[in-house]
Amino acid sequence: MKKTFWINLAFQVGALVAAFLITTLILAAAGAPPFKAYESILRGAFGSPGSLRSLLISWSPLLLTTAGVLITFSAGLWNIGVEGQMTLGAICTTWALRLLQDTGLPPMMIILLGILAGVLGGALWAGLAGALKTFGGVNEIFGGLGLNFISMALTIYLVFGPWKRPGTGSMSGTQPFDRALWLPTFAGTELSPWALGLSILAVVFVYFLLRGTHFGLRLKAVGRNRKAAYLMGVPTWQYSMLAFLLCGALVGLAGAIQVTGVYHRLLPNISSGYGFLGLMVAMLVNYQAIWAAPVAFFFASINVGSVNLQLLYKLDSSFSGVLQSFLVLLVLLGEGARQRFLKRRWEP
Amino acid sequence: MDTTVLLTGLAGVLAAAAPILFAVIGETVSERAGVINLSMNGTILLSAMGGFATAVETGSLLLGFLAGASIGALVALVVAFSSITLKQSQVAVGFVLALACRDLAYFLGNSYVAVQGPRLNALPVPLLVDLPVVGPLLFRQNLMTYLSILFIFLAWAYIFRTRPGMVLQGIGERPAAAFVRGANVNRLRYVYTVIGGALIGLAGPAYSLSVKAGWMGTISGLDGIGWIALSITIFGGWNPLRAAFGAYLFSLLQWLGLVLQPSLPNVPSQVLQVAPFPLMILTLLLVNISDAEWVARMLAALPEGMRGLVAKFLRALRSNPPASLGVPFDSE
Repeated sequence: MKKTFWINLAFQVGALVAAFLITTLILAAAGAPPFKAYESILRGAFGSPGSLRSLLISWSPLLLTTAGVLITFSAGLWNIGVEGQMTLGAICTTWALRLLQDTGLPPMMIILLGILAGVLGGALWAGLAGALKTFGGVNEIFGGLGLNFISMALTIYLVFGPWKRPGTGSMSGTQPFDRALWLPTFAGTELSPWALGLSILAVVFVYFLLRGTHFGLRLKAVGRNRKAAYLMGVPTWQYSMLAFLLCGALVGLAGAIQVTGVYHRLLPNISSGYGFLGLMVAMLVNYQAIWAAPVAFFFASINVGSVNLQLLYKLDSSFSGVLQSFLVLLVLLGEGARQRFLKRRWEP
Repeated sequence: MDTTVLLTGLAGVLAAAAPILFAVIGETVSERAGVINLSMNGTILLSAMGGFATAVETGSLLLGFLAGASIGALVALVVAFSSITLKQSQVAVGFVLALACRDLAYFLGNSYVAVQGPRLNALPVPLLVDLPVVGPLLFRQNLMTYLSILFIFLAWAYIFRTRPGMVLQGIGERPAAAFVRGANVNRLRYVYTVIGGALIGLAGPAYSLSVKAGWMGTISGLDGIGWIALSITIFGGWNPLRAAFGAYLFSLLQWLGLVLQPSLPNVPSQVLQVAPFPLMILTLLLVNISDAEWVARMLAALPEGMRGLVAKFLRALRSNPPASLGVPFDSE
């Protein structure tokens, strides 16, 4: 038993080392001094109170998307449509804020209704992917991808069409909202305690939902073995649908927070890849909610730190994606190698 | 619109479909063997950048295309190794590779952005090019467009009309049966995944050295093509002929979007560019819907004569994946 522990650890550490070796080679190939580059990423993420605040601002949507896809993964669903669900959340929030901004309602009320609209919008889009799967036989991967493109088209249409700024529409998005409609922040900063609090709450919620409730257990049963769960009397498609709706609601909240707390307007590509990044975090933590928060924090720090790379070495900030995806890839491969090694050892 | 403009436009549609055809045929071969290569979107970007960089550095278009195909083969090898040897989820590894390759392309290609590079020239076929209509449409294309059309029929004939093609179908449908008949299932899956990957890899330079010559980083407009090609593979029902129809349809719709632009001033041009995407979902819905239980129930409620017609229409649209797609095979 103890031996297996060390073997597991060796494979996990080996995977991380291999990932860093590869990304170091990639940095060298791009003509950058690798260790200075890593250092500048760290400095960019943790170097100043300001950068630490940007890190927390970026952590919150990632926490929400990760929490969301942990639910769909538990149900055995590959919710690739998560990007579109976040976008729809942002669209619906913007729509509600535009609709209510001149009504004279108290600003806090408008923000709250806006966020609610975002949550519903995300759930609606996820529900659509679920309905396509349940009633149309369209695999959630392809339905989700298609819905991602539609949401992107819809955003661009709104930004350049009916919601364009006075004058001409531009890629910089719609007219920013009045300051009164911004999510309240810590004094003198752009960090909102509401965004942070809601996201942490979401992860805690998902952790307990999957771990300690009747619903969570049955959901996992559906994910592990659909047929067996059905025979045991679990209403399988209803559970899949609920998983989609819950995931969409959390991811829609992420979109709503980007609109009310970060950008204060609708932008093309407002999801900024947080949806796909959430899928990667969930894979890296092996679908266990307990590790979601620290790993999402780590990924957010790579995102924020890589901006420094661009400023200092004129390197493309897409290096953050390279670093994150190679980490996940090598950990997946390492896990496969570990299973193969143990199988060969114990069952000759 | 006069005929010359129309013919030039349609010839452009054939040329623009070439990269999608390579990708779709490659994915079809791979999935026929039972392996989903979900990395396609990243592979196309990385091979576009790699092929372009190689062609710029060496001045050789041939080496550029070879580099693209090698990149595609290499990425497919990772998919094959992790799913066949390590028995990990093809979807998970493919998805991560799709993101890894995309970001790698943007990162390593940074110094090639907006660099002037070589471009594949048209290669008119003597005599045939002077034919009315068909000449300018079909025979004034470049080599890759000819190849893409040739590959449709080659792949179709190989899969459905040759003995190794039958084995290929077998390892994707009933690997155990193929194994009993002496096929080395896992080795063949490796081979076909890598060949399919090389074809997908050709799609990259087919863009960066021909259809959309050059490398523009994140604004190259290639992000998303791989996901489209994946849906066309399904729409194509794992049959190269039907997949080719899907690829041409998509290409035609994109061209129509451009042509119709001036007559629809209220619709932003970016929206028409992405208009084919929702249509792809609709077609996916159509090809899958006959499997759903409620459709069968609705059909049963229709009057006799109409029921037969509707059922026939749905059956014609329907496409079933290879039975063992994504399922690892263990000979024990």
